[in-house]
Amino acid sequence: MRIASFGRWLDERLSISTIARTAQKKEVPLHRQSIWYYFGGMTLFLFVVQVVTGILLLLYYRPSAENAFESVQFIMTEVKFGWLIRSIHSWSANLMILTLFIHMFSVYFMTAYNRPRELTWVSGVVLLFLSVGFGFSGYLLPWNEVSFFATKVGTDIAGDIPVVGRTMLRFLRGGDEVTGATLTRFFGFHVAVLPALATVFIGGHVLLVQLHGMHVPARYEKNYRRMKFFPNFIMRDLIGWILAIGVLAALAAIFPWELGVKADAFAPAPAGIKPEWYFLFMFQTLKYIPAKILFFDGEVIGILFFTLAGAALLVIPFINRSPEQFPRRNKIFTVIGVIAILYIAVMTVVGYLA
Amino acid sequence: MNKKQSLLGALKAGCRYWRPLGECWGRATTLLLFAGALIVVSAVNSAAQNKSSCIECHTRLEGKIGDPARSIKDDIHLSRGLSCNDCHGGDPTQDDKVAAKDPRKGYLGRPRTVDIPAFCGKCHNDASFMKKFNPALRVDQEKEYASSVHGKLLRTGNEKVATCISCHGVHGIRAISDALSSVYPLNVADTCAKCHSESARMAEFKIPTDQYDKYKRSVHAKALYERQDLSAPTCNDCHGNHGATPPGIASVANVCGQCHARQAELFQASAHKVAFDNLGFGECIKCHNNHEIAAPTDEFLGTGDKSVCISCHKQGDKGFVVAGEMRGRIDGLLVQIDKSQGILDRAERAGMEVSRPKFELRDAIDGVTHARVLIHTSSTLEVDKVIGPASSVAEKTYKAGEDALAELNFRRKGLVVSLFFILFLAAVVYLKLRQIESRQTAPTAQ
Repeated sequence: MRIASFGRWLDERLSISTIARTAQKKEVPLHRQSIWYYFGGMTLFLFVVQVVTGILLLLYYRPSAENAFESVQFIMTEVKFGWLIRSIHSWSANLMILTLFIHMFSVYFMTAYNRPRELTWVSGVVLLFLSVGFGFSGYLLPWNEVSFFATKVGTDIAGDIPVVGRTMLRFLRGGDEVTGATLTRFFGFHVAVLPALATVFIGGHVLLVQLHGMHVPARYEKNYRRMKFFPNFIMRDLIGWILAIGVLAALAAIFPWELGVKADAFAPAPAGIKPEWYFLFMFQTLKYIPAKILFFDGEVIGILFFTLAGAALLVIPFINRSPEQFPRRNKIFTVIGVIAILYIAVMTVVGYLA
Repeated sequence: MNKKQSLLGALKAGCRYWRPLGECWGRATTLLLFAGALIVVSAVNSAAQNKSSCIECHTRLEGKIGDPARSIKDDIHLSRGLSCNDCHGGDPTQDDKVAAKDPRKGYLGRPRTVDIPAFCGKCHNDASFMKKFNPALRVDQEKEYASSVHGKLLRTGNEKVATCISCHGVHGIRAISDALSSVYPLNVADTCAKCHSESARMAEFKIPTDQYDKYKRSVHAKALYERQDLSAPTCNDCHGNHGATPPGIASVANVCGQCHARQAELFQASAHKVAFDNLGFGECIKCHNNHEIAAPTDEFLGTGDKSVCISCHKQGDKGFVVAGEMRGRIDGLLVQIDKSQGILDRAERAGMEVSRPKFELRDAIDGVTHARVLIHTSSTLEVDKVIGPASSVAEKTYKAGEDALAELNFRRKGLVVSLFFILFLAAVVYLKLRQIESRQTAPTAQ
């Protein structure tokens, strides 16, 4: 009785029954491409795993050049299940980027970004940028040799951007070189700035998805069934999330994330420095670009190309409008998407084998 | 005003403008000519002062007599502003041979072999003169040479021995830091071997000629030539350079102790010191040899076939027992380290974090190195002082390796159990979903 009365008390203030009625009414389209709808939820779930494991790591992590490596070593060896938390955090970060890419490309190929979902796409692309920002800033935090030099190379590339490059490099590094100041700065980005921005954009993104509902590809528009969001869709999501926990646990136990060797600014850079896999295609491209293209610096042209590609990604919904009306234009976009996937896949593999 | 008039006007105006400049140019030309003449006069004057008729004439001469003039271009003395007359006297400004070699102008000519040390010593003994070129340079080379075997024999009139020029060259003498110098560390052994490997030359002195070959096989030569470690010893580091002499039995330990100070110190305080002195053994070289010094291994120690201890100690005597004990201690520690390294490697390959015990294991490895030095005390007790703590470290790191593997096992078991629960939970949700969907009406068609 007490619980029921507390429920009524809460409902009066939060209108829970109204939300529940809406949720019960909410439906998800069911067709041959419905599988792609689950990747957004999976990405969100892995983000939550990141937040939870990240908070646990914060209990022991010390963000300074003197202590960072030792604190991660302590987490990996002394803290009960510290190895599990850190390994899940690292594996989940990588899987999250992977599911995010799958989610983005599925939306791209199904042209789910069309009216009225343009802002949903824009917020999603911003979340992609924030996620790689999380990856880039988090990579340095263990302060090991590989992460130190990868950050050095990564920030060097940022420094090559015309006009703003130098300022950007100094802003990222907190000086001219990668030092303890860079680590503190990256830690700040990783645990404060980026989470704050991500919370805002995730909130907006999810709200927009709820507002507009799931997009149905044109070819199924006239012939598709519906599934209740609650409990049918959410329970399927739940099965995926439970299995994701299993995959993360297995990866963490079988392939615990390496600690490496403590960074030494005065040591020579070890051979074969590579960034995280999701930066590898860009890194490899910059390696292949000739030093000079006409009068311009090859690397600068490469960086400009990727910057423009990122900007183009944001405005796609405003260029490829009404695919039904302009099927040829839409076809070009599909071909560009396929080429982009093939390019990313090939360059990533080449980068790994190089 | 027509076009022609305006052109003339412009020309006149131009001339007015340029005239003062033309006058200036005239004055400047005069000044320049004067300055040029001054430069030419001073250059001619300077050329006359730097003139060396010795080099001019001898360069034109063929064969041995022209060699000094040809090789002197690489000479350190020439590069420091000295020339032929600074050693040989005479007047190099004279073109006439007789005038240039006038004894009244201090012409000395070629010195006799016995006079060479004093000939070089004229300048090299003079501290105030040498300071002008290199304040750090020693000025006692002639004295040192006089104390050497070479110097002593030279005084007896034996001209077959080495003098300054035998090692440093005659003309074309280079700084010792010059890699092409005959006395650069990498070239010293070859320079000495020029005479000391020549059996006919050495027969008179009744000394062996295999030192060079033996040295080339030594650990020192490997360090010098293979690792290019210029601090590795060559002939002069043990025998001295200007005062070259074979170290006597009593001083061998001092020679080796220059670099191997700790070993020498321990040996001096050991029971072996008195015994070696009594038996007339040359301390270090008794076990390590002299020119053909091999890289020491643990097999040198103990009672095995390759042990150097058994050349004096026989089964049953105290030294034999101590040699066996010390070797046993070192071998035991090596086995412990090997086991620890093995288990830590296994754990690391399995993905466990063992960098800390691996780092700690270095202390045990350092312990082996230290124990290998302490064997020069000939005391098991002293060796044990190092072996004990090192052995504890090895034991601790082995335990860390065992713990890591146990943890790995725990993780694997934990994974199996948790995967079972995870899959079970997923199956429960799936069955529940099926149950819900079977109760629901069929999905509505659009």
